[in-house]
Amino acid sequence: MMRGHPANSSIVARFMSSAPQSVPALVLDQVTCTFPGRGSTRAAYTAVQAASLTVHDGEFVSLVGPTGCGKSTLLNLAAGLQAPTAGTVHAFGERLRGLNGQAGYLFQADALFPWRTALDNVAIGLELRGMPRSQARERAGDWLRRVRLGAHAAKYPHEMSGGMRKRAALAQTLILEPRMLLMDEPFSALDVQTRQLMENELLELWAQERRCVLFVTHDLEEAIALSDRVVVLSAGPASRPIAHYAVDLPRPRDVQEIALHPRFVELHRAIWSALKQEVMKAHEQRDV
Amino acid sequence: MSNAMSERAEHASRRPLWPWQVLLLVGLFLFWHVLTRSEVLPPFFFGEPLQVLGRIWDWFASGRIFPHLGVTLLETLLAFVLGTVLGLACGLWLGLSPRAARLLDPYITAFNSMPRVILAPIFAVWFGLGIWSKVLLGVTLVFFIVFFSVYHGVREVSPVLLNNARMLGATRTQLLRHVYLPSATGWVFASLHASVGMAFVGAVVGEYLGSARGVGYLILQAEGVFDVNTVFAGVIVLTLAALGLDRLVTLVERRMMNWRPKVQEHDLHG
Ligand SMILES: Nc1ncnc2c1ncn2[C@@H]1O[C@H](COP(=O)(O)OP(=O)(O)OP(=O)(O)O)[C@@H](O)[C@H]1O
Ligand SMILES: [Mg+2]
Repeated sequence: MMRGHPANSSIVARFMSSAPQSVPALVLDQVTCTFPGRGSTRAAYTAVQAASLTVHDGEFVSLVGPTGCGKSTLLNLAAGLQAPTAGTVHAFGERLRGLNGQAGYLFQADALFPWRTALDNVAIGLELRGMPRSQARERAGDWLRRVRLGAHAAKYPHEMSGGMRKRAALAQTLILEPRMLLMDEPFSALDVQTRQLMENELLELWAQERRCVLFVTHDLEEAIALSDRVVVLSAGPASRPIAHYAVDLPRPRDVQEIALHPRFVELHRAIWSALKQEVMKAHEQRDV
Repeated sequence: MSNAMSERAEHASRRPLWPWQVLLLVGLFLFWHVLTRSEVLPPFFFGEPLQVLGRIWDWFASGRIFPHLGVTLLETLLAFVLGTVLGLACGLWLGLSPRAARLLDPYITAFNSMPRVILAPIFAVWFGLGIWSKVLLGVTLVFFIVFFSVYHGVREVSPVLLNNARMLGATRTQLLRHVYLPSATGWVFASLHASVGMAFVGAVVGEYLGSARGVGYLILQAEGVFDVNTVFAGVIVLTLAALGLDRLVTLVERRMMNWRPKVQEHDLHG
């Protein structure tokens, strides 16, 4: 069975289904993730402890926290790539066992298949689901045009720029129309201009079909500009969410303009004061 | 097509080396010729280049060499293909199931460190003096080269690519087909240049130890009557054939690996 529908009808369907009862898209309930140490040389490391987080359908939530605190680990838990040591993960009301089939994952590192062209990279998800090749490539072509790569369909990843690769990866994930999008610092390797361009493009794509997004970033401004809610994680080990900030800025937004909004500045100051403490803590631990 | 074009352009931009390479070869033959003609080296043991070249010319002009060369090439090709396919399959299998790999580890090490050329007479006894005893010897030589490069390569498949494929919905067999196998072609090609030579060694050594046809057989016969010129002629024909095969591998590699960035090896050295 294909998950895809023509774009319009799926928006309608989602509005109707999400209106009456809203099951949260993602619920992490008291999850702990401990990495076993290797032999006797290293002790076990608890990256995340008793972390709880709920993301509602259609919501855009950003995770911020000091480096190494466990942001990627939380995404892996949500994706089902990592099984929690304790606690449970529910996706759309169903307990996760194994992979989260509702989620699309945009990885921190480049994850395009180097032996496939941009077009074939975007088409692979549909091919894996058994769609005939020609049909999959046709749909992939549409998606490449949506992320403005129409002219680069025949390029291999090594022939694309960093920004083009991220766009292709975005199309590769979105073509499957996942109900939940997990994004791990997708734009952190890009230069400022490309990054702002892609942030706006992401907001546009997201506005078309409001899927829920869990977005990890180092960059507080990016987090505020994009999200409905910003979640601050404590410094590791045993990291967990310690503060939630609702971002009540008007939409649609432009990431450059919104940064000048007085409310943006206010939020930035408030969240930064919480985040700063954790960053300092993480820093001190590293020095010891 | 555009690939060949750009390559040609690349060649034109560099100063071509082949005239020097040909000159070196001619010089080498001249050196050989002068030394044996002046009897500094006895021609009985060291041959005479003019005679050697004459013998090669003779072989090809009369067409007498073709059945022999054909048999040797057939054995080489079979050994090469079978060894590569088996090595690839076993490399993937053991690379993906660590339990089986641990179980078989000592046997693999033992079999690999064994001087396998010694198996030739045994294969001759088992499979007769036809082509299959030679093919099998070649297979045992090729297999391990390909096997080890794939076996180690499997562990180096990018975990991010694997996770990405899984999140995009790949089943276990689809992972094999869409991630492990395409990654493996890179490692296989890296080992193919070595293994094509090994396949050749298997074929010729096999023929040398007992056969009724093949270039190895020609050399063996010539040695029997102390005809050094024919021995050298056989060696040269074999070398040329090996060069040709290596070239063929390079061509296939270029075609199949065009997704890779071009490595600028000349820039690295220069
Ligand atoms: N497979 C693993 N084995 C052992 N420890 C791990 C493993 N994966 C992550 N960790 C540890 O868990 C902690 C959190 O890692 P994680 O990758 O989630 O951090 P992060 O917040 O995403 O960092 P960054 O912002 O730098 O990407 C780190 O201290 C890391 O060393
Ligand atoms: Mg991370």
